[in-house]
Amino acid sequence: MHFDLADRYHDTDSRLHRLDPRVKVVTTIGFILSTALLPDGSWAAFGLSWLLLLWANHLARLGLDFTFRRSFLALPFALAAVSAIFSPLGTPLAEWRVAWLTLIPTDYGLMRFVSILLRSWLSVQAAILLVATTRFPDLIHAFEHLRMPAILASIVAFLYRYLFVLADEALRLLRAREARSAAAPGWRSGRSVAWRAKITGHMAGQLFLRSYERSDRIYHAMLARGYRGQLRTLHPHTMRAGDWVFIGVFLLWIGLIHLIGQL
Amino acid sequence: MYTPAALHIPDGFLSLAISLVFWAISILMVGLAIARTKKALGEKQVPLMGVMAAFIFAAQMLNFPVAGGTSGHFIGGTLAAIVLGPWAGLLVMMAVIALQALLFQDGGLLVMGANIFNMGILTVIIGFGLYRGVVDRPRRVRLAVAGLAAWLAVVASALVTALQLWLSGTSRLAIVVPAMLGVHMVIGIGEALITAAALVFIEQTRPDLLTAKSVSEKGGRGWVVVGVILSLLAVSLSPLASTDPDGLERVAEDLGFLDRGLPAPYAIFPDYTIPFLGETPLSTIVAGLIGALVVLGFTMMVGQMLRK
Repeated sequence: MHFDLADRYHDTDSRLHRLDPRVKVVTTIGFILSTALLPDGSWAAFGLSWLLLLWANHLARLGLDFTFRRSFLALPFALAAVSAIFSPLGTPLAEWRVAWLTLIPTDYGLMRFVSILLRSWLSVQAAILLVATTRFPDLIHAFEHLRMPAILASIVAFLYRYLFVLADEALRLLRAREARSAAAPGWRSGRSVAWRAKITGHMAGQLFLRSYERSDRIYHAMLARGYRGQLRTLHPHTMRAGDWVFIGVFLLWIGLIHLIGQL
Repeated sequence: MYTPAALHIPDGFLSLAISLVFWAISILMVGLAIARTKKALGEKQVPLMGVMAAFIFAAQMLNFPVAGGTSGHFIGGTLAAIVLGPWAGLLVMMAVIALQALLFQDGGLLVMGANIFNMGILTVIIGFGLYRGVVDRPRRVRLAVAGLAAWLAVVASALVTALQLWLSGTSRLAIVVPAMLGVHMVIGIGEALITAAALVFIEQTRPDLLTAKSVSEKGGRGWVVVGVILSLLAVSLSPLASTDPDGLERVAEDLGFLDRGLPAPYAIFPDYTIPFLGETPLSTIVAGLIGALVVLGFTMMVGQMLRK
């Protein structure tokens, strides 16, 4: 049984894949920042932002609706923003009584709610595209070039490398528990909730020790191979003409979005 | 298999000012954590932290059925803080949150500072601080406190998440606080039970990791003080926020944190603009950065105290 959480990277050759990872990281964060700065209800600017995303999707050659199809991840969190609809500002649209609460949706609240959802939806798509077109080690390397401390970069790189190993370990523990937990029809397997929590706790402890001791072995193996506290990479990042063109087009577009957003 | 906890805030839900302030706090704490663990672990730091972060990630897959199709989950911050120490625990949680945001879009990039604060810094301070206070007591007391700390850490994270959403103008206080607290007070019970049981197992197999001496070495008494203060704050603020949201809103308004009169998102922090720059995005960014620097200075003072 393997943790078949496929890597989110999609291996194709496209203009976006070939861009310098630093450019992709900076433009993605720039895009999210730009979206965060758009005023509520600036629908034209939100639309233009989406066009920018579509253009990037087109450059990535993954299909125009690629990020759209995967963008519903953040949707459960939208529940948190639902209460914005009942803002004390704006004109009331209706009045609902739910249990002990009187809920009054307003036009301002509704506009705010939709704007929050749009911002989140656009930002998630940008992040999805970044990960789909950049190999994870390159991504980490790009963050390192952008002055993220080397130690942090190495820790995250290590996490990524051992993620799949330890997730497999966790799946083996879960499968072993499954195999031991027989259930007859009409009978529940296992005892009280506290007992089940205790078993899960022992599994967590077991997993911790296996990981802790594995990290010891990995460290010694690394020492034996000449590790001196830094990870090295064989992929130097270089800025090419195409990278500068992409940044130029991106900045122009963001400028246009904000010009329209401020109107 | 992979189920995210409900605490990862996606991009778009927090205002820029709030995001920047929490980034500043998180960057400072993570910077301190890097320096401290480097001194303690040397070049072993990277493999140990990396693999332990992978452990937290994998452990979040462990679950147990509770009732009616729901299941209890493990978040793991308190366990990491107790066994690895607060600074190492913070680094581990930060790495997990960063990977979840980057690879799975579980939590946003611009709001990652807030997510690191809620699930990493708060959990580590409350989890380690409370446990550190009873480190030389009998086992039963220590386990009870570890469970309580795990529960409190989850509840405090939920409370702070709710407050951030409210200060960003995303949610109404009267709705979001009871909702978040209600859900996480239940989730926290699973966290508490699993944390205590995991500690029992680790203590039986590797008692050297959990002796009073090895835990005390990883963080001084300052953690107990900060941990107890934050726990008391969470405990006293939760009922206040749920029963008297109007009162809290009035306090926030008086302090200038909240202004319901101006509709633009830039104006949620009314004083968060620089006069000569006007009401422009640039002004908000500059104001946010200045606010962030102030918080940075304050956190640095706290950091100095923790060093003792």
